[in-house]
Amino acid sequence: MIEVEGVERRYDGVAVLSEVTLSLPKGGLTAIIGPNGAGKSTLLSVMGRLQKPDAGRVTLEGMHLAQAPGRAVAKKLAMLRQDNHTAARLTVRDLVAFGRYPHCRGNPGPEDQAQIDRALAILGLEPLADRFLDQLSGGQRQRAHIAMVLAQDTGCILLDEPLNNLDISHAVRIITLVREAAQALGKTVVVVLHDINMAAAHCDRIVVMKGGRILRHGTPAELMQADFLSAVYETPISVHELAGRLVAVY
Amino acid sequence: MPEPHSPRPSSQQPGPAARLLFPLALGLTLAMGLASLFVGVSSVSPTLLWAEGGTGPATEVFLTSRLPRTLALALAGTGLALAGLVLQVLVRNRFVEPSTVGTTESASLGILLVMLLAPGLPVPGRMAVAAGFGLAGTGLFLLVLRAVPQRSALMVPLIGLLLSGVIGAVTTFIAYRTDMLQSLGAWSTGDFSVVLQGRYELLWIVAGLTLVSALFADQITVAGLGRDMAIGLGVNHRAVRALGLVLVALLSAAVIVTVGIVPFLGLVVPNVVSLLMGDNLRRTLPVVCLTGAALVMACDIVGRLVVRPYEMPIGLTMGIVGSAAFLWLLTRRRGHVA
Repeated sequence: MIEVEGVERRYDGVAVLSEVTLSLPKGGLTAIIGPNGAGKSTLLSVMGRLQKPDAGRVTLEGMHLAQAPGRAVAKKLAMLRQDNHTAARLTVRDLVAFGRYPHCRGNPGPEDQAQIDRALAILGLEPLADRFLDQLSGGQRQRAHIAMVLAQDTGCILLDEPLNNLDISHAVRIITLVREAAQALGKTVVVVLHDINMAAAHCDRIVVMKGGRILRHGTPAELMQADFLSAVYETPISVHELAGRLVAVY
Repeated sequence: MPEPHSPRPSSQQPGPAARLLFPLALGLTLAMGLASLFVGVSSVSPTLLWAEGGTGPATEVFLTSRLPRTLALALAGTGLALAGLVLQVLVRNRFVEPSTVGTTESASLGILLVMLLAPGLPVPGRMAVAAGFGLAGTGLFLLVLRAVPQRSALMVPLIGLLLSGVIGAVTTFIAYRTDMLQSLGAWSTGDFSVVLQGRYELLWIVAGLTLVSALFADQITVAGLGRDMAIGLGVNHRAVRALGLVLVALLSAAVIVTVGIVPFLGLVVPNVVSLLMGDNLRRTLPVVCLTGAALVMACDIVGRLVVRPYEMPIGLTMGIVGSAAFLWLLTRRRGHVA
């Protein structure tokens, strides 16, 4: 259960987040969508305690994120930023192993090893496990970082545009994987997505943001409405039912 | 699954070759250490020492000069390579080392001021002042770095070199006005020929600092992944960075105060090791330290042999080896410097 209460965030006096209040129950996949500059990434950064809000607070299972000790939070919440320009020359396996750092402090036991192997297997990284990150393509690197977050094995996972740089097969595989983690393992997963149809097809809830505020929050069926989406994106959008799914056409 | 696009050939994979690096570095260090003990103007050999049975001229030379010199070389090499490694990981730039970010020059300024204002200060006090100045210099560098919008990896060492130049100029100016230029030049040029028993022991602090770095190896590696990743993994980024900078300042100061400035080492050794086995400090730190020790000993031995019975200062040999290696690295690493 993660709660955002009256969060405000300003850059140089310009409000990027205004009075954002959001309560997400434990378990389930939530997508944050909205046009560029809506404040999606900033909200995710505040929820992931990478940025301190100027007002308001974020709590995770009653733990006040801005005040809780870093390691305690790292066992419950994992976050992946959009741009992972890691300069370090680490192997894929080393990077994924660092996901266990909050739990094992650098001395992985059998349980940690199992988590690392599992994360590598899920993302199909076994053939690349001993490659350095700077020898990988953008999509492969993205998968390595997602594997690290999975290995961290936290109840709450925040992913900022995890499908960037990925081809269709990997994008579908990862969003399906994330949905399974949310449903089968009861993890609370929040993803920022650009693709409305991906959000509608796979997520339990959608949060629509614009201009630093949350406009609406509901199920895909409630939000996939042509008028509403057209207004949000200031672009004519129509919604059709196709193969049992609601699809936005623009 | 098939991976059609891999930007680099698979020969770069850290395979068995990377695992051989530690024993290789260890063997090299031991060999250089032995050579350093028995190479020099007066003849000292294991058989001679054995024949003297504990007292005699060869034993005397061995204990008061050769052994201290070899230990000093190993410790200084370890310290400088380690300082370069920690700095490169924390600044997240391949081309920095204490002498390219202002640490060394600031420490020198500190030592000059001590010689002028408190000439009686014992060596540990002198080192503390040098470390304090070195830390301030590094901090100034980081402040300038934050203020200058730079997206090129080569801008970072350029800024550092400019800053070093300015601080070095201040030092030279003060030394010039106070008639200290000659003595400034004398002690700041790295030289191990003056190392005798009783004049290098402060360098043992390097061993302690190496241990501390090893204990924090994982945290330093995580901090090197960047602030956001470090926070995500529950590592106190700011604290680890501060600790790392203090380590760098102390390591640099210990070496400068006892043997002077040895350029390039902190740049070359961590870069070569990083190319061969990556940046996971838990694995690379011992290899970096050993390679640093071996390289300094090798350069010193060369300096002792080339112009026998005289000696070339190590700064000269190291400068030649180091600048050649640096040029090679520049061309080699251009693809992934950032």
